[in-house]
Amino acid sequence: MSGDLDPHGDVTVDRVALAEELAGEAAGAGHAASADVAAYALGLGDDSLVLAQRLGDWITRAPELEEDVALGNIALDLLGHARSLLHYAGTHDGRSEDDLAYFRDEPDFRNAWLFEQPNGDFAHTIARQLVASTYLVELYRHLEASTDATLAAIAAKASKEVDYHRDHAIQWTLRLAGGTDESRRRMVRAVEQTWPYVEELFRDDAVVVRLADEGVVPLPSSLRDAFDSVIDQVFAEADLARPEGRTAFVVDGRGREGRHTEHLGPLLAEMQVLARAHPGASW
Amino acid sequence: MTAPAELSVASIDEHRDDEAQARFDDLIAKDSRIEPRDWMPDAYRKTLIRQISQHAHSEIIGMQPESNWISRAPSLKRKAILMAKVQDEAGHGLYLYSAAQTLGIGREEMMQQLIEGRARYSSIFNYTTPTWADMGAIGWLVDGAAICNQVPLCRASYGPYGRAMVRICKEESFHQRQGFEILLELMQGTDEQKRMAQDAVDRWYWPSLMMFGPPDDESPNSAQSMAWNIKRFSNDELRQRFVGMLVPQAEVLGVTLPDPNLTWNEERQAYDMSEIDWDEFHEVLAGRGPANAERLRRRREAHEDGAWVREAAAEYARKQAAKAATAA
Ligand SMILES: [Fe+2]
Ligand SMILES: [Fe+2]
Repeated sequence: MSGDLDPHGDVTVDRVALAEELAGEAAGAGHAASADVAAYALGLGDDSLVLAQRLGDWITRAPELEEDVALGNIALDLLGHARSLLHYAGTHDGRSEDDLAYFRDEPDFRNAWLFEQPNGDFAHTIARQLVASTYLVELYRHLEASTDATLAAIAAKASKEVDYHRDHAIQWTLRLAGGTDESRRRMVRAVEQTWPYVEELFRDDAVVVRLADEGVVPLPSSLRDAFDSVIDQVFAEADLARPEGRTAFVVDGRGREGRHTEHLGPLLAEMQVLARAHPGASW
Repeated sequence: MTAPAELSVASIDEHRDDEAQARFDDLIAKDSRIEPRDWMPDAYRKTLIRQISQHAHSEIIGMQPESNWISRAPSLKRKAILMAKVQDEAGHGLYLYSAAQTLGIGREEMMQQLIEGRARYSSIFNYTTPTWADMGAIGWLVDGAAICNQVPLCRASYGPYGRAMVRICKEESFHQRQGFEILLELMQGTDEQKRMAQDAVDRWYWPSLMMFGPPDDESPNSAQSMAWNIKRFSNDELRQRFVGMLVPQAEVLGVTLPDPNLTWNEERQAYDMSEIDWDEFHEVLAGRGPANAERLRRRREAHEDGAWVREAAAEYARKQAAKAATAA
């Protein structure tokens, strides 16, 4: 089963070297991120880090072994993106990727709320993946043309990977929506409960407006049409409705300002516990 | 059909079997590979199914003790390496289930045997991982022992098994190096980190030696497996080889192997060591280890919780095939 899915090649621990090379390149480029670029990279890095942390929980618990591998692969890609982005953000004030990941408190995390939402059942994870990856595909595609060489390089590598993540999410959306009555019921519910978190991804704030003026980043709001059109195509094939304007509940995501849902705190507590028990230690 | 005809058919079959057996014996004698399309004795097939499926189960259950630390890995680099490692193990499980499937058993059947507690997997994974240093000790000792066991299996007479092992062994040696590096980093760190590393080595050393199985004089299946070129070295030979590899590495790390009687015996050209606690080995094997119940529970839950997803995928595939058929 799922033999038609791209297994995304073999994973080996070799792959983690890629993220390091990239981080090295960024450092080698010798320029420190400006305050605005650092703030932006931090938000995007936190999105990826928090989602990688969530997806990692599926490993050993996925519905089939192929999914242990696939979701683990996706988590590993996102973790790689997070490392590159946090590394770059840290060049602004001399903090390392680990300083940023392990020694910031919840209000200093800048991820959007979508990414910190719990895994739920497999349908919820797929709905979250569909939104996240469709958004990231559009974002990285534009970011590849950034006037900031480091962001452009990170985006060029990430672009190919999130493309695969989106394929994976689309395939499963179709399967679950078009599978059994139960899977369809679960997929419909997952879409309804995920959609309230979409809005925040496309909100422009002062930092991105300034950066967009300089051609460093695309305005989030400018990505919305492309996002909607991909989702509409997928939903048409899956016979699902986009719950726009009548979502199950309304949320006012303020992750970029450091305000979070109740779900982020426990995630960070778990992620940071060992590092914080040994401050200054090297691993 | 008349009786004589039946007889003659049976005798032709028997004749064919003799010829096939001779061909099989010849392939084994020449140390050639047996492939899925080749005739093979029933006992050979059964032995392989048992061994390969147990091996696959070990890879899958073996993901659990390490996945315990993915969420808490103390640096992002270590998190990435650990995640990739656990992924590798899932991949190993998949290759091995595929190899077993070429012998005529289905993955679902093997999975059922596992979650119903009717199949074995390596007992080592019934030990727990209370500290981060266990990630180092598992890589260094458990993957290390796995390599010693598995490198000879790359030459196993059954083709699909041998080829799966070649891919797997390459990755296992990365795992061992990563485990060694984790311990090395800890041993160069704070006093607390050093204590953590030594404690983990103390807990994993003996179980890792048990991974080679009972002593040669108590290993009833070994002789036949060696005759069939499935197994190449005896349990005790492999255990010696492993200890020989560990001793210099422990010196580099600065950890003490927890056996006061471990010394090189010039005369025997082998290490003398304390008696292994085989009672513990048999207890864990019998299901009374620290985490046997937990490991099976997790696997069963994942399988049962995922049933609706697998059914959905199967149903979707059926509908797509039906659509394609009407379109054609
Ligand atoms: Fe393995
Ligand atoms: Fe391994």
